[in-house]
Amino acid sequence: MREEPAVDIVGLVKRYGPKTAVDGLDLSVDRGTVTAVLGPNGAGKTTTVETCEGYRRPDAGTVRIFGLDPVADAPALRPRVGVMLQSGGVYSGARAEEMLRHTASLHAHPVDVGLLIERLGLGSCGRTSYRRLSGGQQQRLALAMAVVGRPELVFLDEPTAGLDPQARRATWDLVRDLRGDGVTVVLTTHYMDEAEQLADDVAIIDGGKVIAQGSPEELCRGGAENTLRFTGRPALDLASLLKALPADSTAAELTPGSYRVTGKVNPQLLATVTSWCAQNGVMPDRISVERHTLEDVFLELTGKELRA
Amino acid sequence: MTATGTFLPKPGAAPLPRMIRAQAALETRMLLRNGEQLLLTVVIPSLLLVLFSTVDIVDTGADGRAVDFLAPGVLALAVLSTAFTGQAIATGFERRYGVLKRLAVSPLPRWGLMTAKTCAVLVTEVLQIALLTAIALALGWSPHGDPLSVALLLILGTAAFSGLGLLMAGTLKAEATLAAANLVFLLLLVAGGVIVSLDKFPGGVRGVLELLPISALSGGLRDVLQDGAGVPWRDLAILAVWAVLGLGAAARLFRWE
Repeated sequence: MREEPAVDIVGLVKRYGPKTAVDGLDLSVDRGTVTAVLGPNGAGKTTTVETCEGYRRPDAGTVRIFGLDPVADAPALRPRVGVMLQSGGVYSGARAEEMLRHTASLHAHPVDVGLLIERLGLGSCGRTSYRRLSGGQQQRLALAMAVVGRPELVFLDEPTAGLDPQARRATWDLVRDLRGDGVTVVLTTHYMDEAEQLADDVAIIDGGKVIAQGSPEELCRGGAENTLRFTGRPALDLASLLKALPADSTAAELTPGSYRVTGKVNPQLLATVTSWCAQNGVMPDRISVERHTLEDVFLELTGKELRA
Repeated sequence: MTATGTFLPKPGAAPLPRMIRAQAALETRMLLRNGEQLLLTVVIPSLLLVLFSTVDIVDTGADGRAVDFLAPGVLALAVLSTAFTGQAIATGFERRYGVLKRLAVSPLPRWGLMTAKTCAVLVTEVLQIALLTAIALALGWSPHGDPLSVALLLILGTAAFSGLGLLMAGTLKAEATLAAANLVFLLLLVAGGVIVSLDKFPGGVRGVLELLPISALSGGLRDVLQDGAGVPWRDLAILAVWAVLGLGAAARLFRWE
């Protein structure tokens, strides 16, 4: 029998009054993977995640976590699922280390608190009360609280929003370690590079639906063609290059000595171009590859205009 | 990508008694660490007791010493300040800052959290009562009566005020709870037989005021501790009704987010 997915959402609908926040959303997350849920503000990311966490009941559709109902089976799921809220969640008078130790004490086999504090760079503020922590420190404390109970699955709602680059990197390293140890991670983010760096699977949400899903590579390949550029001596015979390239490629000399190849830019294509250059005694100066980033794909799919 | 083993999944809830003990200890520390709370729960009752016992400002009615009249009222005020005002304000802000929301997905069940909160309130009250009793005794207080009746009054009073405090915290915005809880504290301090005898109020008003939980608590404690009366059934009944109404309404209407 195939193992139940960690998260299985089918046809989820969630309305708040007249507003439909989630509108027939399907999403499945395999165990042991990192999934990034990407989308503009108001796309339905947080509502979706909070339905998985058992905070909201679906108006239609089903949500299953390890095959269980997040509301009805909450007592069984709570120790297995770690949650990082977008903000808050800590007594304003509690000290950082005190709160983490407390959260650990609610679990049977918690991670070593001292180690976690060190990993997330919270050592210097362990005795600082929550309301006096910086935004980034508050975020990292919330992250630590989500993972301290050794959960099988963690939901991280914008874990790096507003973090400085060092703290962001520490968070990324932690997510990688979680994955390395077999923890399933579902995170929401606005940052494309974060999804590209961390995720096995990316789900782009807009208007309460998943509008694209796949690995970052798959998504980037799906869009328009990619481009390779190089410079060499002018007026090279591009016909012989085109013969060597796959059928759907193009090659052109844009300005004398400046060449552009388009098509499925992959290591094979790069090797074909450079060996063709070698055969022709051309040094391909300034050879560069322009691949579509997730950001291009995201903007293409969700539109470029700013939304309220 | 490294398998460090640190986060190897091994989920499990801690044993319930351990969770509740930890939560109660945390809640108690939060209560005792908060300066404004201490003002309300320790400083004000202590000052009132010392001031009005030693300086003849308020006519404490009965013959006999002022401290014998004041000590029971101030004990009732201590219960009001912790179970109602302090708990309402703290819980209101916990709700506002997502503390309750985060705890809702922790392994600690909701009833476990409420049990822990109750323990924290009781521990705080024990500390308050110990302190206020020591001050009163130093001022020459000579209590009478049956300790069991006193304990019953304090426990039912705590239940009544907790229900009302949680009802307020779970339905109003945090700022509104802050303002309203302080206002109610002040009104009940004046009109609940704490430092001003209800005999000072006109008959009709007094009849209504006597039905307030604070009046039942202060009156009941005074009957027992000052006059050595038997079990104050009427006051216990009033507190029980408030407890049932308050806790019932809180259970139905409390919104966690």
